[in-house]
Amino acid sequence: MGNAPSFQEMILRLHGFWARQGCVILQPYDVEMGAGTFHPATTLHALGEKPWRAAYVQPSRRPTDGRYGENPNRLQHYYQYQVIMKPSPATAQDLLLQSYREIGLDPALHDFRFVEDDWESPTLGAWGLGWEVWCDGMEVGQFTYFQQVGGIPVILPSFEMTYGLERLAMYVQEVENVFDLDFNGNGVTYGDIFLRAEREYSAHNFEFSNPEMLARHFTDAEAECGSLLANKLALPAYDQCIKASHLFNLLDARGVISVTERAAYIGRVRALAKACCEAWLAGELACAI
Amino acid sequence: MSEFLLELFSEEIPARMQARGAEDLARLVGEALAPLNIAAIDPIYGPRRIALVAQIDKSVPAASIPERGPRLTAPDAALNGFLRKQGATREELRAEGDFWVLEKTSPAQPAATLIAERLPALLRRFPWPKSMRWGGSSSFTWVRPLKRILCLLDGEIVPFDLNFGGDDGHGLRSSNLTEGHRMMSPGAFTVNSAADWREKLLTHHVVLDAAERRRLIAQGLEKAAAQQPNLAIVPDSGLLDEVTGLVEWPVALLGRIDDDFMDLPPEVMQVSMRVNQRYFATRDNFGAPAPYFAFVANVEALDGGRAIVGGNERVLRARFSDARHFWDLDRARSLESRLPALDRVTFHIKLGTQGERAGRLSRLAHHLAVGLGADAGLAARAALLCKADLSTGMVGEFPELQGIMGSYYAAHDGEAPEVVKAIREHYSPKGPSDAVPSAPASVVTALADKLDTLAGFFAIGEKPTGAGDPFALRRAALGIIRIIRDNKLRLHLREQIGFALSARLEYVPEILEFLLDRLRIQLRAEGARHDVLAAIGEDDDLTRLLARTEAVADFLTTEDGANLHAAYKRAANILRIEEKKDGAITGEIARDLLVLPEEQALMAILDGLAGVSKLLEAEQFRTAMTEMAHLRVPLDGFFDKVTVNAPEAPIRSNRLRLLALVRSTIDQVADFSRIEG
Repeated sequence: MGNAPSFQEMILRLHGFWARQGCVILQPYDVEMGAGTFHPATTLHALGEKPWRAAYVQPSRRPTDGRYGENPNRLQHYYQYQVIMKPSPATAQDLLLQSYREIGLDPALHDFRFVEDDWESPTLGAWGLGWEVWCDGMEVGQFTYFQQVGGIPVILPSFEMTYGLERLAMYVQEVENVFDLDFNGNGVTYGDIFLRAEREYSAHNFEFSNPEMLARHFTDAEAECGSLLANKLALPAYDQCIKASHLFNLLDARGVISVTERAAYIGRVRALAKACCEAWLAGELACAI
Repeated sequence: MSEFLLELFSEEIPARMQARGAEDLARLVGEALAPLNIAAIDPIYGPRRIALVAQIDKSVPAASIPERGPRLTAPDAALNGFLRKQGATREELRAEGDFWVLEKTSPAQPAATLIAERLPALLRRFPWPKSMRWGGSSSFTWVRPLKRILCLLDGEIVPFDLNFGGDDGHGLRSSNLTEGHRMMSPGAFTVNSAADWREKLLTHHVVLDAAERRRLIAQGLEKAAAQQPNLAIVPDSGLLDEVTGLVEWPVALLGRIDDDFMDLPPEVMQVSMRVNQRYFATRDNFGAPAPYFAFVANVEALDGGRAIVGGNERVLRARFSDARHFWDLDRARSLESRLPALDRVTFHIKLGTQGERAGRLSRLAHHLAVGLGADAGLAARAALLCKADLSTGMVGEFPELQGIMGSYYAAHDGEAPEVVKAIREHYSPKGPSDAVPSAPASVVTALADKLDTLAGFFAIGEKPTGAGDPFALRRAALGIIRIIRDNKLRLHLREQIGFALSARLEYVPEILEFLLDRLRIQLRAEGARHDVLAAIGEDDDLTRLLARTEAVADFLTTEDGANLHAAYKRAANILRIEEKKDGAITGEIARDLLVLPEEQALMAILDGLAGVSKLLEAEQFRTAMTEMAHLRVPLDGFFDKVTVNAPEAPIRSNRLRLLALVRSTIDQVADFSRIEG
């Protein structure tokens, strides 16, 4: 793969491809989150009866996955490329395979597979059926037909595709260490930009975050979410829900949450997500009338 | 007969649901088309389709069914009502007995009509374990989006669609179209018979028959391994089954593992390959792990698979470097230093943390070791450390390696070899086919693990029910039984269970009974007689219980045994009848009242059997039974010549006392009254 696209080129090609499929190309959401699914463009827009197509890159933070920049495959901050199409098009699988061709993975040379993987997000009260997409034994994406979000069965099932951009780029560029990825095709590597961040954030996540403060902020976000919902402000309330979820992840990375507490925290975030989804849907229906 | 072909072509069906899906389809279509005498149903499945081929009649023949109307005496209004309802005229009726009867004829129904009528509802209610919705227009669900319905009767399309009320059923309607391999033969093509379908699918790169795919995969893997000298695939039939459900056009390939990774524990490599990647491990002539892996692609690539092999090798490299990271990181600390971390891992909400459990296991192992004459220090150490690997990175990543990783890390820490081995084996036996530990420290640690589990869950009221056994307590009990049986351990379970329960001794009988029940079920499955098991009764020393059971069962198969049993029954019957009249028979036997030689002979033998109780104490069950057999001849003689119910009351009572002694002597071995036959 001599002419493998750089990291940023890959994103540009995906943007181009999905824009041609009628997707709105959005920018990353400006609140820390664990996965692109949390973006309101997916979680909230998956509900209701309005057709919707969007694609965007979402920085995703997984505090427990930090390895101080010493592991070639693990990051506490990485990029997901997220596509949502509602309702799911009949050609979803073909579109997906075409998108891989765009970034240099030719199905005539590679072994593409759809391997069962039922997706579930306990914190979002969401689930769907679909597959891990494999290329030569490598998971290069997660393909889901949403069935439920925020505890609410969807009216129009969406197709959601999530690409782990670093992993995919490593594969396409034949690079063994994420920090060696060619970022711009012009001498800048992924490590040049992010290695220091990985070290510092790993130290923050595991050693220096302030658990008392995090726990307090969690409670604050939870309360704020409730009071915003009381005023029917679904979107600002949902921001607080995402914040609570990230604060929980930070607490988890700090190792201060016991197994039983863990389930309780997840339950609290799910309750927020559910209430936000209901409020969003109520607003949508009101608009429709 | 006509040939019926039905294929439901969809996006990729989870591997584990395909075979069941095809069977369900065959069963449901078999029921729905029963009026067509459907036969020779052949269920077929693969990653993107479930299908069937069958033979059916060309039509449901015309039939005539008599419909009973009103009585002949009924008023005209009733008769007219009946005629209106049936759409018949008076001339069509005939009288039969007291009633009007209408001979209703149903016309012959062509097969296609019945199929088109019944299939849509069948597909709408198809019992996939989990179905999904997709698209925007229909609530019709399937395991994954359904793309095509191929439905042919003798090559002709049987027309139907999935419209239902206002729902367009995704616009799906039956056709003569199907598709082959997604990458190698894209696009739809027409089919005009089952043979044509099979043939064209093969040219479109789909091996239709699952058994054939499995065979090709196994063969391909062998061939791939043969590319290197002295290389063989480690057999894995479960993985072979799964891979069969993942590919339509299997192409087995061989990849290389970097030598740098070959010092990882083989179990780590194998789990990573199997669970994450569905790769087959390889080994050399000596059975040692070899630096190759085999896998099955679903495509014949243009470059002969070079890019695919290269890609899979890189994926595995990433997996192994992740494993190496955990392996190095975990070994940087001793297992012992991980014990405090177990205090933060909940075992069960009502049973405390894994840390508390480690303490319990250690005390219990110490106690068991003392009882069994094993090294209590080693056992207690192994039990203390056996759960410590739960806080390691590797076990966090691969929970199935618990115990195994602990033993590697213990060896690295310089723990005693017995401790290392015991940590590895303490979960064993995990099932009926798993090996049973035999080294003393392993035996004790494995027993402690299972006894603690049983004691803990019984004491919080979580015992297994008919509906379920979420904490696998039956498996724990069977593990205890197998460990004791295979090692012929001498253990008083009552006391050990009591120790495991510590303060909650009231649960001892329940747990012991649970264990004995498992043992009885097991012995019966092995062919033991239930009446012999009942005769032996309860014993908390399972090894002794087994020896007695065997001795009694064997004895009963001998002529002496059978006759003694018959004589025992005769004595017991007489005693039962007389005891009903007189009450319990008590008192010493008066020797001077034993007047007949047969009585005296029997007494002499019984005197000689006074030593049986000593034999039984010494667990000489077989010798005791042989001794007991001496009773048989004099007892037969006694019944031949001696009238128990003698007219003289003292002689009668004395003879009853003599029989009671016979009964109690024999009952020392087992309660012979429970033995049937």
